[in-house]
Amino acid sequence: MHLHKYEKIWLIFGLVSLVVFLSIVGVSAFSHGHTPAGGMTTIDPKKVNETAPFDKPGVTQINDDTYQVAIVAMAFGYTAPDLKVPVGKEIIFKLTSTDVVHSFTIDNTKVNMMVVPGQITTKSYTFDKPGKYLILCNEYCGSGHHLMSTEIEVY
Amino acid sequence: MIAIRDRKLALWNIGVAYIAFLIGTLCGLLQVFIRNDALKLPSWLDYYQILTAHGVLLALIFTTFFIFGFFITGMSKSLGSFGPKVYLFSWIGFLVTTIGTVLATAMIVSGEASVLYTFYAPLKASGWYYVGLALFVVGTWISSFALVGHYMIWRKKHKGQLSPLFAFMTIATIVMWIIACLGVVATVLFQFIPWAFGWVDTINVELSRSLFWYFGHPLVYFWLLPAYMAWYVIVPKLIGTKVFSDSLARLSFVLFILFSIPVGFHHQLTEPGISNFWKFLQVVLTFMVIIPSLMTAFSMFATFEIAGRKKGGKGLFGWFTKLPWKDVRFTSIFVAMAFFIPGGAGGIINASFQLNEIVHNTLWIVGHFHITVGTPVAMTFMGLTFWIIPYLTGRKFSKSMQKLGFIQIITWAIGMLLMSTSQHILGLLGAPRRTAYSGYNNHPSAMEWFDGILSNHVTMAIGGSILFLSAMILIYIVVMTMFISPKAVKERDFVDFPMAESDVENTPKFLENWWIWIGIAFVLIIIAYAIPLSGMIHHAPPGSEGFKTW
Repeated sequence: MHLHKYEKIWLIFGLVSLVVFLSIVGVSAFSHGHTPAGGMTTIDPKKVNETAPFDKPGVTQINDDTYQVAIVAMAFGYTAPDLKVPVGKEIIFKLTSTDVVHSFTIDNTKVNMMVVPGQITTKSYTFDKPGKYLILCNEYCGSGHHLMSTEIEVY
Repeated sequence: MIAIRDRKLALWNIGVAYIAFLIGTLCGLLQVFIRNDALKLPSWLDYYQILTAHGVLLALIFTTFFIFGFFITGMSKSLGSFGPKVYLFSWIGFLVTTIGTVLATAMIVSGEASVLYTFYAPLKASGWYYVGLALFVVGTWISSFALVGHYMIWRKKHKGQLSPLFAFMTIATIVMWIIACLGVVATVLFQFIPWAFGWVDTINVELSRSLFWYFGHPLVYFWLLPAYMAWYVIVPKLIGTKVFSDSLARLSFVLFILFSIPVGFHHQLTEPGISNFWKFLQVVLTFMVIIPSLMTAFSMFATFEIAGRKKGGKGLFGWFTKLPWKDVRFTSIFVAMAFFIPGGAGGIINASFQLNEIVHNTLWIVGHFHITVGTPVAMTFMGLTFWIIPYLTGRKFSKSMQKLGFIQIITWAIGMLLMSTSQHILGLLGAPRRTAYSGYNNHPSAMEWFDGILSNHVTMAIGGSILFLSAMILIYIVVMTMFISPKAVKERDFVDFPMAESDVENTPKFLENWWIWIGIAFVLIIIAYAIPLSGMIHHAPPGSEGFKTW
């Protein structure tokens, strides 16, 4: 198979940038912990309200620097009383759904989690600015999908 | 000229494609006005019904029927007329696909299936919606096997020869399509249908999502590869040259078979149930399609330069001005290619693991697929439409039609530029996709989405309106060339099928040994999917009951 000289240069350039690009993404993910939302823990979607931590949804302080926020998503809202978290601390969001698939997306942040029934989604995030952030569902969940939203206050 | 009955078959496929195009684009027009709060739907019609119809009719129905119309025409042209069996099964395939389409559309229109074209469980549509989808896929398989049969007959008669490039690429696309559909067939047949009809109570949600995306990503290559066929095989003829390199063209299609399937997890990067290792592995495999994409880009520009220099283009870029810009068949496809440069780059961003969190399920994604399938693919199909319908009907494509064609592609390009730019920016600002109008209780960060010049739902609506105008011009051209334009009588009035020559002298024979590529494809699929999917089955949480939340 004949390859033109310029084509060889072009493909080598492409391959090298591919390797560089993937290395940056990979190193950032696995040695700096910049991985997207996820988690391998499962839950019975019918027993969410009696399973920890979703039996007591809301903000819990774990230690000086870490807070956990447990939230249940359902059509068309979030069970999340009094969402207030401090700035500069690690916040671990834990979510699950009692019905269909939703998302938990905090506007102007990197928190963009798919919420799947039967699974617990986890994402750790540190807010660097105080304010009232809009939370919305960006995965279609039914006729009231566009009304599914709430707010989190960062102080 | 190909056989009359093959032409009829192709025309029926293209006809159904454009009926879907007409309804689908109308839905699109309604959507952009609802999202900027300028239109309220009557109570019997719901935004999400229109959204489902828009996605299904344009992304699935228009593309698939057009692709088969194109394949049938090109296979008859390059391998000879269809025999009776091939012809019969092509019709059966067409009918089954159409019945599936009508059934699924009826369910959407009656409000029994507002589950969007991704139909994520546990949203539960009427069982007949899933039956419609299954029939649609089975119909495409029957049509596919008819074409494979036609190809096998040719190869038996031409032992030891490489097939014509068009036929090779058709078969490569079909091989990829059939392997890809295994995922959606498995989930629809074994998960959705028994569950939707109440034979089982619950469904394994994460497994169904993964099987869907095993199919969902190669689906986009099923749209793209026929457009690439036009770029590789049709464009060189239009600009007066040969295929740049037959072997590279074949190799790139083979690489697409290998690397378009074991990559579905990059649509599921922000969800639970798949560990980071498997997500990242599929990200790496996803990026491998950059290689055939770069090869294609190189071939295209090499073809342009060779043709331009042959026509006397001087200097570093002089060849560029020598290209046949006044030929709407060429210019349309060139514009389509130009849109694919930002489209492809955006795709790399989307698949970049953690970077996906910024854009996942925002309007950015909507912008992305409007400058991938919505322009590079759709506008290539438009460029094909300008000659393929007159070629099949034997009617003239007049000068005034050519002018109208230019207006159509220019308006499409402008409309898409406005709409997709605003969608990309709105997405970065956080505006969600697949969402009816909402001010989120006038939250300041939602109000921001109406402020900018480009980052504005109004800009999106202006773009959408221009696009609809363009779509209607295209429908006019289709109707004219199909039924009304005068028949060509003189030799020079006949519209031809522009198929470029391709030298197979230096093409190695192993490129056409399908079993090698199918084998490697399955090895890659098993590596990428076997362990995570079996984990989803063995460590599954209690399943989900169905919900009808619309």
